[in-house]
Amino acid sequence: MSRTTLDIWVGIFVLVGIGALFFLALRVGNVSSVDLTDAYTVRGQFDNIGGLKVRAPVKSAGVVVGRVNDIRFDTNSYRAVVEMSIAREFEFPRDTIASILTSGLLGEQYIGLDPGGDVENLQNGDMLQITQSAIVLEKLIGQFLFDRAAADKD
Amino acid sequence: MNGVSETPLVELKDVRFAYGEREILKGVNLVVPRGKVVAIMGGSGCGKTTLLRLIGGQLRAVSGTVTVAGEDMGRIGRDRMYELRRRMGMLFQFGALFTDMSVFENVAFPLREHTDLPPELIESLVLMKLNAVGLRGAAHLEPSELSGGMARRVALARAIALDPMLIMYDEPFAGLDPISLGIIGQLIRRLNDALGASSVMVTHDVHESLEIVDYVYFVSDGRIVAEGTPDEIRASRDPFVHQFVHAEADGPVPFHMAAPPIGDSILNGRAA
Amino acid sequence: MNVWLSAFRRVGNMVTEGVWRLGFATRFLGLILLYSGQSLRRVHLTIREIYFSGVLSLLIIVVSGLFVGLVLGLQGYETLQRFGSGDALGVLVALSLTRELGPVVAGLLFASRAGSAVTAEVGLMKTTEQLKAMDMMAVNPIARVAAPRFWGGVIAMPLLAAIFTAMGIFGGWLIGVVVIGVDAGAFWSQMQAAVDFRYDILNGVIKSVVFGVAVSLIAVFEGYDCHPTAEGISRAITRTVVSSALAILALDFVLTSFMFRGTS
Repeated sequence: MSRTTLDIWVGIFVLVGIGALFFLALRVGNVSSVDLTDAYTVRGQFDNIGGLKVRAPVKSAGVVVGRVNDIRFDTNSYRAVVEMSIAREFEFPRDTIASILTSGLLGEQYIGLDPGGDVENLQNGDMLQITQSAIVLEKLIGQFLFDRAAADKD
Repeated sequence: MNGVSETPLVELKDVRFAYGEREILKGVNLVVPRGKVVAIMGGSGCGKTTLLRLIGGQLRAVSGTVTVAGEDMGRIGRDRMYELRRRMGMLFQFGALFTDMSVFENVAFPLREHTDLPPELIESLVLMKLNAVGLRGAAHLEPSELSGGMARRVALARAIALDPMLIMYDEPFAGLDPISLGIIGQLIRRLNDALGASSVMVTHDVHESLEIVDYVYFVSDGRIVAEGTPDEIRASRDPFVHQFVHAEADGPVPFHMAAPPIGDSILNGRAA
Repeated sequence: MNVWLSAFRRVGNMVTEGVWRLGFATRFLGLILLYSGQSLRRVHLTIREIYFSGVLSLLIIVVSGLFVGLVLGLQGYETLQRFGSGDALGVLVALSLTRELGPVVAGLLFASRAGSAVTAEVGLMKTTEQLKAMDMMAVNPIARVAAPRFWGGVIAMPLLAAIFTAMGIFGGWLIGVVVIGVDAGAFWSQMQAAVDFRYDILNGVIKSVVFGVAVSLIAVFEGYDCHPTAEGISRAITRTVVSSALAILALDFVLTSFMFRGTS
């Protein structure tokens, strides 16, 4: 095998390999999700985070605007503290409501932001005022049974 | 020995070597004078190949000194050893040609690795070396297409590619047909003289070697048991030398390996 | 009783020998890295090895990748559609391949095809005294023979793993969308939503690089260290394939537990 033929084959091989990598990166994964290199951090306290996980998306109107960074337990208020990064290009008013929602029926949970009407915007390190916890299935069923029992009594 | 005015190219003084517990060489003294062809002979497993490896620096002596061109092979660092090796050529028993290269590329290998010569010059040199061994016509062949004798000649051309000062041969005559035997023998002598080099040959082919060498060392059981010029060897009365040169089945090297008396082993000892 | 003792002794022997060889192999890796200068300066040596390790493995990688993807698609759909989640087939195929099957299976195939070939080649060179001849000609055989083959394998492996994964996803698409009839839009969009570049794809690439280092080192080492006989070479080749497989699976476990810990 002459030198040039060998080089050509190796060149083709490397190109195909890199092409496969690019295919995976662009068509299979999502690189084009939100860019969090320039982001600000915001926190919120929740009674129950349900199945929310770190790196879960933060969406508003269904569009991803950020990611959950950290989930902690506050021993003072006995509530969960969720820290999230929001891309700097998206500004939200200070009275924005954060809710934990489920994607589809059995999908993963994410944080949905409902913007309020405040003139001032959230800054880095701010705490969200109003939050809505996740819907816990057991409590829902318990509530349902309780309501049924109450309705039967009448 | 003559030539005392010049320091010998290779000198071994009181060299001992062992593989772990097993002693291979038990105090060897030998000398390779400049410009001479020296043969080291002995039975299989006597340590002669080990001597060659010590000279080439592949092994380090446990005690004693191995001096090549004034350098102590046991002490020098890797870089200096490689520098010395560029001035040595070694012919391995079956040639050891690189199987992924052609004959031409094999002989060109040392030239390409160690010199900056332009391709045209390398081509001329390679063809000259191949011509010296009579195989210029085989330059484009692959090693797998060569016979044993031809492969060995190509390996010889490769060994002399850089005009070495010391050429080493590991069993150069082993397994060759009579014509190839004669060719190799002649080449060893002629190339040594033409290059002004010194040669060391490890062999047990008595007939061919005595025709071409200047001095012979006999090794047995890790020691030099006899030495001399070919004429001295042929006339020697030493029992070991005599047995070796005349290919006698029994003598100082016994025919029977050590074993209990035959009466005890055969017929369950009832024959005694 | 004696049978047990000798069995224990043999196992103990194997372990001590294994540990000793591990140390030896690590030192060998150190030597390869030390003498890698030539592999960089004389690129053509390395390119030649990329050809022999990579290009010549393309056929088995492409075909295997395709078949793995086809089977994943088939089995995956059969299981998913029981939960009404047939649309998630793209996610299943893509995540399985990028995170695990791509690097691991490609690694195993690479070890059997390219790794054994390298061991055989180096072992043969050792048996026919070519390595010794090189050393006697003042050319460092580690720099000239071992290092280029090592780097050739390290470079070829991630590329082969990527090609394997891509072919697998193609196979999954072929079965899922074209044959079974899963919605193409759902297939790709759900996949893109679920597969994260840094988390899944990059981790998979890192795995394949690590596997490439392990397999290439084992292959070159076993060839360099083999008994210089025909039987020795054959045993060395067997050791290459077996040790590579075990190393890949063990490293896969270690890497997976490091990388994919965040999903709790």
